[in-house]
Amino acid sequence: MNNKRIGAEAVAAKGWLAAHRWLLARRASQLSLLALFLLGPLAGLWIVKGNLAYSLTLETLPLSDPYVVLQALVAGHVPARLGLIGALIVTVFYFLVGGRAYCAWVCPVNLVTDFAGWLRLRLGIKGSAHVSRSSRYAILAMTLLLAGLSGTIAWELVNPVSMLHRGLLFGLGAASAVVLAVFAFDLFVMSRGWCGHLCPVGAFYSVLGKWSPLRISASKRAACNDCMDCFEVCPEPQVIRPALKGAGKGIGPVILAANCTNCGRCIDVCSKDVFTFDLRYKNPPDNGAQITRHAATRGN
Amino acid sequence: MPTPGTTASQATPRALKGPARRQFVLDSARLLCGVGLLGLGLAAYTKQAKARPPLAIRPPGAGAEGDFLGACIRCGMCVRDCPYSILDLARPESPVATGTPYFTARSGPCEMCEDIPCIKACPTGALDHALTDINQSRMGLAVLSDQETCLNFLGMRCDVCYRVCPVIDKAITLDLRPNTRTGRHTMFIPTVHSEHCTGCGKCENACVTDEASIRVLPAKLAKGALGEHYRLGWEEKTKAGGHSLVEDQGLVDLPDRLPEGVKLEGHFDPGSSPPLPSLPPGLGGEPTAQGDSALRKPGTEQGKRLSSKDAR
Ligand code: SF4
Ligand code: SF4
Ligand code: SF4
Ligand code: SF4
Repeated sequence: MNNKRIGAEAVAAKGWLAAHRWLLARRASQLSLLALFLLGPLAGLWIVKGNLAYSLTLETLPLSDPYVVLQALVAGHVPARLGLIGALIVTVFYFLVGGRAYCAWVCPVNLVTDFAGWLRLRLGIKGSAHVSRSSRYAILAMTLLLAGLSGTIAWELVNPVSMLHRGLLFGLGAASAVVLAVFAFDLFVMSRGWCGHLCPVGAFYSVLGKWSPLRISASKRAACNDCMDCFEVCPEPQVIRPALKGAGKGIGPVILAANCTNCGRCIDVCSKDVFTFDLRYKNPPDNGAQITRHAATRGN
Repeated sequence: MPTPGTTASQATPRALKGPARRQFVLDSARLLCGVGLLGLGLAAYTKQAKARPPLAIRPPGAGAEGDFLGACIRCGMCVRDCPYSILDLARPESPVATGTPYFTARSGPCEMCEDIPCIKACPTGALDHALTDINQSRMGLAVLSDQETCLNFLGMRCDVCYRVCPVIDKAITLDLRPNTRTGRHTMFIPTVHSEHCTGCGKCENACVTDEASIRVLPAKLAKGALGEHYRLGWEEKTKAGGHSLVEDQGLVDLPDRLPEGVKLEGHFDPGSSPPLPSLPPGLGGEPTAQGDSALRKPGTEQGKRLSSKDAR
């Protein structure tokens, strides 16, 4: 088992609260969104009606999932006005804040897979099936192709993401087994298996946020002491290296890879405060070059 | 495939050499096969999901099942806005396509709200917004499915389905028939008319027998089709303003098959002499441009040849 807890240094340097700021904010966001949806069916307080596929807030604000709307379009059905407006609003929103912010801040499955990931670490479960991280894009393409060929929104028949959210609001039934399967898969079979390798919803939002302005930047990368905590904690660790270690290669400090979920775990866990939220345009390639050139060229 | 966020570990094949390149090709093949299999499985499941179970009825305004599954995003807005809470979203284990709205008439029929809130709530138009008169909705079609248990068919006066029908005397009428069992009574047969039945399911819900004797089924299951070439003489006659088309146009004289030797004046009999060619073209018989009539003229070349062959 690992002797060193990830982020121990950060807790020592910044205090527990500061070393869990973004994690707490994220859980608050996920849970309060869920609570908002649940207020209707549980307490009869209909602030939000519907589910993540489409919802109407305060009887005025329509929000729909652009991925499912896209599938309907490919299947040959143009949704009515409210459905389209909702998709437009959500598309613009995630384009601005980072597509996969959906994954880190909204998606209910993230709670499940994060828990599986945490447990995997605590139990010291090693070994993971090898599947390419780009499988999700192949699956995304497959779902769209199938929607076109069958004329139906085929993926929604099995999508664990909508199944869980809809289930929590309308009755889970066997959806609980599907979610449990995702949990067990992440825990025993593949580390970060579902969200990091397979989920086409996350893949869709990755594509949606490919050019998002809001990014994580390793702006103080010169201060990195190579503790590797950010790599350990990040659900998509491959996105960090170019930004964090690219000073010697003329790569800027902003994490431009679309798979970054803007979760901010790396900010929390770094004792040197290397990472911050920033805009993608503030990406000077010479950031930290003088100081780390030597380390970077040799370290890589 | 564009793969945003790929890293050095997933470089392009051109940059790779030897074993690494082979590994890349293998990995890609594995990925394609895996996703392909997943896709095939899902395609099969999709096809199965299109076959909705007969007792799951869609809310008003839903199109044909295939279209509906391409349009409904499973948001449940219709479920939430139904004031009678009859609608439900299908769970994964139910035989209805996961997440789609349906109701079961026997336990809770559609109350046919005049303002149709379920349709108004639907953000996609999966429930057709053009439907504004609930009486025009066609959620399914009632079928008197068991004549052996329907009390009216047994000669009693139950009439419950007829009375609860929101389109009374149009969607269900009571048709009179003599009761041949008693020989002196009348049976009041509940008869459904598809041009008026909305498929709300009130009849099925109200039927007093332990298992409903009248049921609402998806129209596709319940409705027969006559075939386009059928013309109902009595209807054609009314359409034509009261006179029969058959008599006006004259009948086509079809050949009569008669016993050998029997002659029926004025009727065309292909079996009578002079005979038709008994051999196919190429074996002696020849097709003629003028048609069969030429064959029967005894004076012509062909006529002679044919009759001589026949005499042999
Ligand atoms: S990858 Fe998929 S399941 Fe995971 S958080 Fe994103 S949308 Fe949800
Ligand atoms: S780089 Fe940071 S913000 Fe992005 S996914 Fe990794 S931990 Fe989260
Ligand atoms: S018409 Fe009324 S009762 Fe029928 S499904 Fe719609 S909302 Fe419910
Ligand atoms: S409101 Fe429309 S899109 Fe939503 S579940 Fe009902 S039929 Fe489907």
